[in-house]
Amino acid sequence: MGDLLQTTTWSGTFPGLAQRVNGMALAYLDNAATTHMPLAVLDALRGFETTSRSNIHRGVHTLSQRATDDYEQARAGLKRFVGAGPAHELVFTSGTTEALNLVAYGLSDGAGGRAYLRPGDEIVASGLEHHANLVPWQQAARRSGATLRILRPDAEGQLHVDDLAGLLTPRTAIFAVTACANATGERPPYEELLALASEAGALTVLDAAQAVAHETPQLLALACDFMAFSGHKMYGPMGTGALAGRRKSLERLAPLRLGGDMVTWVTEQEAQFAEVPARLEGGTPNVAGAVGMAAAAAFIDGIGRGAIDAHLSSLRAHAVAGLSALPGVTVLAPDALRSAIVSFVADGAHPHDLGTLLDERGIAVRTGHHCAQPLLEHLGLGPTTRASFALYNTHDEVERLVAGVAQALEVLR
Amino acid sequence: MSAAQQLYQEMVVEHKRAPRHFGTLPAPTNEARGRNPQCGDDVQVQLRLQDGRVADVAFNGQGCAICIASASMMTEAVLGRDVEAARAMQQRFRAVLTGQAEPEGADLGKLVSLAGVCRYPSRIKCALLGWHALMHAIGETAEQPAPAPEVSAS
Repeated sequence: MGDLLQTTTWSGTFPGLAQRVNGMALAYLDNAATTHMPLAVLDALRGFETTSRSNIHRGVHTLSQRATDDYEQARAGLKRFVGAGPAHELVFTSGTTEALNLVAYGLSDGAGGRAYLRPGDEIVASGLEHHANLVPWQQAARRSGATLRILRPDAEGQLHVDDLAGLLTPRTAIFAVTACANATGERPPYEELLALASEAGALTVLDAAQAVAHETPQLLALACDFMAFSGHKMYGPMGTGALAGRRKSLERLAPLRLGGDMVTWVTEQEAQFAEVPARLEGGTPNVAGAVGMAAAAAFIDGIGRGAIDAHLSSLRAHAVAGLSALPGVTVLAPDALRSAIVSFVADGAHPHDLGTLLDERGIAVRTGHHCAQPLLEHLGLGPTTRASFALYNTHDEVERLVAGVAQALEVLR
Repeated sequence: MSAAQQLYQEMVVEHKRAPRHFGTLPAPTNEARGRNPQCGDDVQVQLRLQDGRVADVAFNGQGCAICIASASMMTEAVLGRDVEAARAMQQRFRAVLTGQAEPEGADLGKLVSLAGVCRYPSRIKCALLGWHALMHAIGETAEQPAPAPEVSAS
């Protein structure tokens, strides 16, 4: 099976991957947790720090202007990357978790005015969500007197548009769903789900963390008010992320961080908030991180999202076929063709033991609940083993994974 | 022998396949449950204490091979011993796993087969889970490991 992306191209491109672990070439298959950075991103980080480092805004000196320009160019580049139109805006955050917290807090706190969420309102979140797209909604419901309802997946872990139709009411104020479930790899029909919820009058929230690096949901094509994603899952720096979405919806959010840079004028007793996006970016942001994140988006576009998506689908299909053929191994969401995640359980072998034995062969996978305890409980499962792919992974690494699991099962059974 | 082979040596895997004293006691005098929410390990330990001695012991639950094998060997190690001896054994075992004592001379019996866990910091909590439940069951709050598993006496 040939690799759709030429692996020779990556020699030296991802310095973090060029190492041996336990005497074996590293096969890094934990990309749903964090991807590695290419030289283009490392160079952009270094470039900013060595030629433009200064605090942004307000400064009249040259470096401050340069840093401000770099930061705003990064914003513009990332807006293009996620298909934003003139009515969209993008706010930098520390990651998907902060972006989702910003939405959930911002809609349930009035910041002195009236909060968007009212007692008796309903929030609908899907049952596929990472804890980061569930726990903030639990708190938002408590804070506002709203009710949290869950759009449960079926026994196979799939979401259905008809089920959402049955949950929506005139009181549905918010609908939150993932573009790809991090624990199972399921890729729900989020386009239809968002459209239906939006038609019903709800604000819509998309957790795009697991899709942004290859599928890259496009705002203009979606009925999406808020889309959250992370830089470090798209070959960018850790501690970076964004909340993108409709400007009018972002304007509804009460700011989470109050202080410098997010106000226009301040008296001893009062302050007037700045316009979005500054309103939601109080304090000095991670400017180098924003620059690095934009460089990562440019890197992805340089290769081509279509080519990356096809390569990841091919790796995933290979892994699903290989792992499913092993005795007693069950792959979750086997039909999620556009996913880059393969999560599985094996009779008589605990994921932690599999993870340790795979690490012995230089293969990095993640094991456990993947921050999605309610979902795994709903599916009648405990912890799982998860391999997840990025553009630099190869079919040879998939073969090593399958062989490694087979050997681990022999040891443990 | 590779590090992982040392970790999953025959003694450990054999106890994982056929854990000893696995189940529940009809009339426990003491019991406690230990949980590690990160990985889903969940072990309940039950005791029948008589005159300061472990007259009977059982455990049940689920966990990885390291967790189950350790709890299984623990039941063998403490059955018939007095509570003080069980406590001392826990301290010696913990000291070996956390690198504060050498396995040689720690008088661990079969449990020495788990000494290799000390090279896997993320797995130490797995090996100690059953022991923490045991300490809670006999009414002693063990020193907290890092990171601390959730242990509740019931």
